[in-house]
Amino acid sequence: MRSLMRVFLPVRHREKPLVRKDARFSSAETSGYVAKPAVTLDGHGRMGRDAPRRIDPAPSRLNYRIQRWMLTPGIRLGLRIGVPLCLAFAAGTAFWADEARRDALTGFIAEIRASIQERPEFMVKLMVIDGAGTNLAQDIREVVPLDFPVSSFDLDVAQIRDVITGLDPVKSASVRVRPGGILQVDVAERRPVVVWRTRQGIEMLDETGAHIDILTSRKMRTDLPLIAGKGADGHVDEALALFAAAKPLGDRMRGLVRVGQRRWDLVLDRGQRVMLPTTRPVQALRRVLAVNEVQDMLERDVASVDMRIGERPTLRMTQAATEEWWRIRNPDGDGQD
Amino acid sequence: MMTDLYQSQRAMRQMRQQAMQRGVVAILDVGSSKIACLVLRFDGTGKLADDGSIGSMAGQTGFRVIGAATTRSRGVEFGEITAMQETERAIRTALQAAQKMAEIRVDHVIACFSGANPRSYGLDAEVELDTQEVTESEIGRVLNACEVPEYGAGREVLHAQPVNFALDHRSGLIDPRGQLGQSLSVDMHMLTVDGTAIQNLVRCIKRCDLELAGIANSAYVSGISALVEDEQELGAACIDMGGGTTSVSIFMKKHMIYADCVRMGGDHVTGDISMALGVPAANAERIKTFSGGVHATGADDRDMIDIGGETGDWEHDRRSVSRAELIGIMRPRVEEILEEVRARLDVAGFDHLPSQQIVLTGGASQVMGLDGLASRILGQRVRLGRPLRVHGLPQSATGSGFSSAVGLSLFAAHPQDEWWDFEIPVDRYPARSFKRAVKWFRDNW
Repeated sequence: MRSLMRVFLPVRHREKPLVRKDARFSSAETSGYVAKPAVTLDGHGRMGRDAPRRIDPAPSRLNYRIQRWMLTPGIRLGLRIGVPLCLAFAAGTAFWADEARRDALTGFIAEIRASIQERPEFMVKLMVIDGAGTNLAQDIREVVPLDFPVSSFDLDVAQIRDVITGLDPVKSASVRVRPGGILQVDVAERRPVVVWRTRQGIEMLDETGAHIDILTSRKMRTDLPLIAGKGADGHVDEALALFAAAKPLGDRMRGLVRVGQRRWDLVLDRGQRVMLPTTRPVQALRRVLAVNEVQDMLERDVASVDMRIGERPTLRMTQAATEEWWRIRNPDGDGQD
Repeated sequence: MMTDLYQSQRAMRQMRQQAMQRGVVAILDVGSSKIACLVLRFDGTGKLADDGSIGSMAGQTGFRVIGAATTRSRGVEFGEITAMQETERAIRTALQAAQKMAEIRVDHVIACFSGANPRSYGLDAEVELDTQEVTESEIGRVLNACEVPEYGAGREVLHAQPVNFALDHRSGLIDPRGQLGQSLSVDMHMLTVDGTAIQNLVRCIKRCDLELAGIANSAYVSGISALVEDEQELGAACIDMGGGTTSVSIFMKKHMIYADCVRMGGDHVTGDISMALGVPAANAERIKTFSGGVHATGADDRDMIDIGGETGDWEHDRRSVSRAELIGIMRPRVEEILEEVRARLDVAGFDHLPSQQIVLTGGASQVMGLDGLASRILGQRVRLGRPLRVHGLPQSATGSGFSSAVGLSLFAAHPQDEWWDFEIPVDRYPARSFKRAVKWFRDNW
């Protein structure tokens, strides 16, 4: 016979029989098993009558609506992201609203910053300058006033480099912090190629015409060629080409004069001048030198050679030479008759 | 009247489109013994497998079941809502549990129910084509030319599906669009049910804050899921044995051509047991489920069943009956149901179908030995049907009691063309009503 009731009643098994030959009497206490009667006699525990259960499984209308509302994707997103965001924002605002807390936080951050920056690994102890002469190194140390040791976080290397590059004798510079706490400054100095004499004084220029230094006297740099005239520093490359072309003249060269900010005059000793054209001055000078080679033109008593118009080179002789020429042309008289 | 139907059905179609766009829709099977709710997620159209075969899912891969719940139905008798508050609570219970499992809110629901006296009508019409080609509007015109029978006041058209098109003398066309011919005729199957039943269901669903996106007869949808493809093609009857009703639907050429409903089901068997043995209905249901059967053997005389009771009388509560006695109680009722089904099938002319496959499904079809009894009454070719497999359906919802819920999900994914899917030809409409007025005038004078 199959019982229908049996399904409702839990069937319980003991681990060991309580009374028999091999019964373990101790297990009854230690295992925590409490033998309960399968059917309680107080009427509870059978057929689901033990508690006042809710018979209706249906959700109430409000419960149903709330659940549907909570399952709406927008609301779920809002609860997952929007609410934490709002809470974080509110907490942040409340914290920042108090000035004392704000200051404490900024102070705290600054303290941590300083403690990291002032570690010995980040300190720069000395500056090394390579590629500069003694005077220039002195100047660099003057324009970059740093009192070592200083933290490398406080060094603005790009700004230091700009300051050093701003010095006249410096063509280019690189500044970096070398391992070992050394501020390495590599400088490329400008090389003076000409001496420029102006009304204000004498100065040295490099090949681009940039000012390098002031000379008190021309005699300090006799090895450099001399240029003069207003606007000459803008055409140093042309001047250098002319000097190179005029090398055969040797010691007779005195210098170049810029005339009218437009063209060059080559000045020789004895007050001789070669007036060069605005365009292609080197070719004009070569023509003069070629004539000089053949006829020793400049050795003669010539005041100036005017090459300004290429089709019509002109010679101007000195007073004495002119008189001498007249005398030769007119050997009998004094030239008056 | 027809315009109203057009409007409401069109509105539901539109709602269904919206639900498909949102991608989530709930399936609600309102039965007499249980309310099942599935939550479907649509993720694109179903694609065939790489090798072009239909695959193990029979092409039903366009959707996935993400939530499923059932609850005991309340306030539903014979597949119709009788106590609306109770039914509303039961729907809420099922829907809340399914939503919770799916973890998403569902706003659109497609429902099916079985009762409300479904009645089938066959309509036909023939029109001469204006142009030689069959266009969408021509189909609308021929559908509209169908003479609607007087199906009675207070009834509503639930389904109206064109099942067959004929072009000149070529019949059996599924889709005549684009073909050439002179005259187009259509056969249409129309199913009407009591309007109040639909209105009650609509009201119930509205009260649960849901939008109704479609409504179907459960005989139709359980046929969709329980019949395999060749059975639907060659002709078969699906008998969905539910709690309060037993629905019959006949399929032919993949269209439902007849549906009816017997207002008897598993609950009546339970009631018989309860009455005969004098036990509560819950006990009777339990005895039926665990020990029931329709075919007694000698061993059943010795198999005693403790029938229980709650009267408090010890003697009364400890009675027992033999299983043979139980079978003796159940069998006449099951036979009666099957005889009634037989009568309905005879009325529908099921004998004349080329294939006479009968598929039993529904919760009450799980009685032991039912297929043997049914083959004696209904015919030789009887099998027990289970619903088609769909993606994500939990194991607990794959039993034959869920064939209408699963069928409704298939229906939601691949709805059949209905009458209202085609446009009414605007110029014809007043002319027809005028013609009808003339007809009425002539008939009455």
